[in-house]
Amino acid sequence: MRWKVAAVRRTEPFAPASVADGNVPGVRIVVCVKHVPDIQSDRSLGATCRTVRDGGDGTLNELDENALEAALSLVEAAGEGEVVVLTVGPDDAVDAVRKGLQMGADEAVHVVDDAIAGSDAIGTARVLAAAIRHLGGADLVVTGMAGLDGLTSVVPSALAALLDVPALPLAAELVLDGSTVRVTRHLDRVTEVLEADLPALVSVTDQANEPRYPNFKGIMAARKKPVTTLALADLGLDADQVGEAGARTEVLEAAPRPVREDRVLVHDTGDAGVRLAAYLVENQLV
Amino acid sequence: MSDTLVLLDHATDGSLRAPVRELVTIARDLPGAVRGVWVADGAEPSPATIAELGVLGVTHVHRLVADGDLHVAAALAAGLATLLAETGAHLVLAVSTFENKEAAGHLAVASGAAVVTDVDSVVWSDERLVAGKTVFAGTWTTSTAVRTPLAVITVKPNSVPVTDAPEPVTPQVGDHAVALDAGVGRVRLVERTEQPASDRPDLTSAHVVVVGGRGTEGDFSSVEELADVLGGAVGATRVATDEGWIGHEAQIGQTGVTISPRLYIGAGVSGAVHHRGGMQASGTIVAVNSDPDAPIFEIADFGVVGDLRTVLPQAAAELRRLKG
Ligand SMILES: Cc1cc2nc3c(=O)[nH]c(=O)nc-3n(C[C@H](O)[C@H](O)[C@H](O)COP(=O)(O)OP(=O)(O)OC[C@H]3O[C@@H](n4cnc5c(N)ncnc54)[C@H](O)[C@@H]3O)c2cc1C
Ligand SMILES: Nc1ncnc2c1ncn2[C@@H]1O[C@H](COP(=O)(O)O)[C@@H](O)[C@H]1O
Repeated sequence: MRWKVAAVRRTEPFAPASVADGNVPGVRIVVCVKHVPDIQSDRSLGATCRTVRDGGDGTLNELDENALEAALSLVEAAGEGEVVVLTVGPDDAVDAVRKGLQMGADEAVHVVDDAIAGSDAIGTARVLAAAIRHLGGADLVVTGMAGLDGLTSVVPSALAALLDVPALPLAAELVLDGSTVRVTRHLDRVTEVLEADLPALVSVTDQANEPRYPNFKGIMAARKKPVTTLALADLGLDADQVGEAGARTEVLEAAPRPVREDRVLVHDTGDAGVRLAAYLVENQLV
Repeated sequence: MSDTLVLLDHATDGSLRAPVRELVTIARDLPGAVRGVWVADGAEPSPATIAELGVLGVTHVHRLVADGDLHVAAALAAGLATLLAETGAHLVLAVSTFENKEAAGHLAVASGAAVVTDVDSVVWSDERLVAGKTVFAGTWTTSTAVRTPLAVITVKPNSVPVTDAPEPVTPQVGDHAVALDAGVGRVRLVERTEQPASDRPDLTSAHVVVVGGRGTEGDFSSVEELADVLGGAVGATRVATDEGWIGHEAQIGQTGVTISPRLYIGAGVSGAVHHRGGMQASGTIVAVNSDPDAPIFEIADFGVVGDLRTVLPQAAAELRRLKG
């Protein structure tokens, strides 16, 4: 894998970070990670129909570990480069970027502002785009395939559109060849190979790699790495563009689904297959 | 309110993907006409397909023609944005697939549309669009209102029963050229391989899905046999796909396919939360597992504690006998 990024440098409206023509220090990758309620916990929506995020059960979105792993291994393979881990979320969300630092990211950025609460996917993408611009851009933006809370998978393509860079979502394989990024993706019934020149955005699936665990050295090193905290004002965004004020959708109602009633549990004593067939017939499921 | 654009997902032979019929059914109950959008990707709608769309109540079929690959999400979004402007439609309905959700993200940025994904209902209520969806692995239901004049909404398969329009219409078919700007062309589609259609129904839209997990130990024959008796599709857990027992496209769950068939049968499936995320909204859930403490029994309407290698073949034989 070879890197030659200066050749693909774009200026407007989204400048990649690696500057200095002919003297490229490696590629700068921004990884977007989300802090989500642990899916093993009892997740809920609160009185304002927003996800309860203060239950102490928050964690780095598992699928974003694949994004971090992809970025870290690209830089390792190239022997140079930089990984910045970025999150948008409440105070607790800093844990998500800390975990990224422990895994090996070089820098962390946490955008936190009360006005961001209640953002929809597009609002979140706006803040991420503004933050990436504020940081001076990137050669490659890597995201997870979905947030395991909302599972919308809309942020990556919206973010690419806002940054005006090509989007290569759902990479099960990811290759950087010079200044070209190529992904293989498996969709329903279809396998595609997509390619683009840097700068670009890639989202990776959980097929892409096996995320590393932070080791002791990584955990110790992370303590010395910087975490930058930014607010909306730092990004030149108005409060009414994001958060609940800027949201294009509004959750009106939320309720836990009733537990399934009349559940039947049969222990097989030799005729369970027959009983299963009878159940399907009785309930008009055949 | 004005018209709705329904994205007419289709197979390479030009046949409609089944969930498209649900989209049209939903759109018909909204104010305005239902216009179909056909991405001209080499496959053309047959006269039978046009006639069927007419029976469903689709008034127009807009063929999107571009001098670039409309399978690239940004290009599809550009085409849809053009059509929204040309037709004055205010809503795009599409089947919830990863590709369509990608296009939704691009379209939202290009047009200012609101995005709601993975919904199971869309209604017009108090002068606005309201979409219903389940979240958190099917454990919560929500309803979400659109606050903007334009919206793009993706609908999960098996959300509503398909019905015909009270009066059939004859759809007008017309072409729309889409100008793709240079930005869109930056994504190059190097290769696209469609898997050949299987004899079984499509996993995402099948009414019955039989799923095999680690408990099959790689032998899917009893899972397939039961699926075939029921006319259903075969799915799998990630363990089964990772082991290479079945193709990756069969994976049900949070990072695989989301399904909500009328009947889900899981055999040798523990019911891990990642798996539940993709199936918990199914109509009736049946589980066959040798471990009485398997978590899947917490959500199963009918659970069998037993060995799938005997229970499944016996059920299949009995169903064949009952069918006569
Ligand atoms: C980020 C992430 C994403 C994931 N996404 C998905 C996803 O999308 N889909 C998914 O499925 N998984 C996913 N997983 C994996 C998931 O967590 C579970 O590991 C997986 O679902 C378990 O598969 P299983 O039920 O086949 O295997 P197991 O959990 O090992 O269960 C096998 C079951 O078979 C039973 N059994 C054994 N022998 C028999 C027999 N002869 N007869 C009957 N029963 C028998 C056992 O009692 C057991 O309950 C994901 C994991 C991660 C970390
Ligand atoms: N608040 C956030 N902060 C940082 N990254 C995010 C945030 N929300 C979503 N993402 C990224 O976008 C991906 C898809 O999320 P979603 O569109 O919410 O399913 C995630 O895997 C993250 O990489």
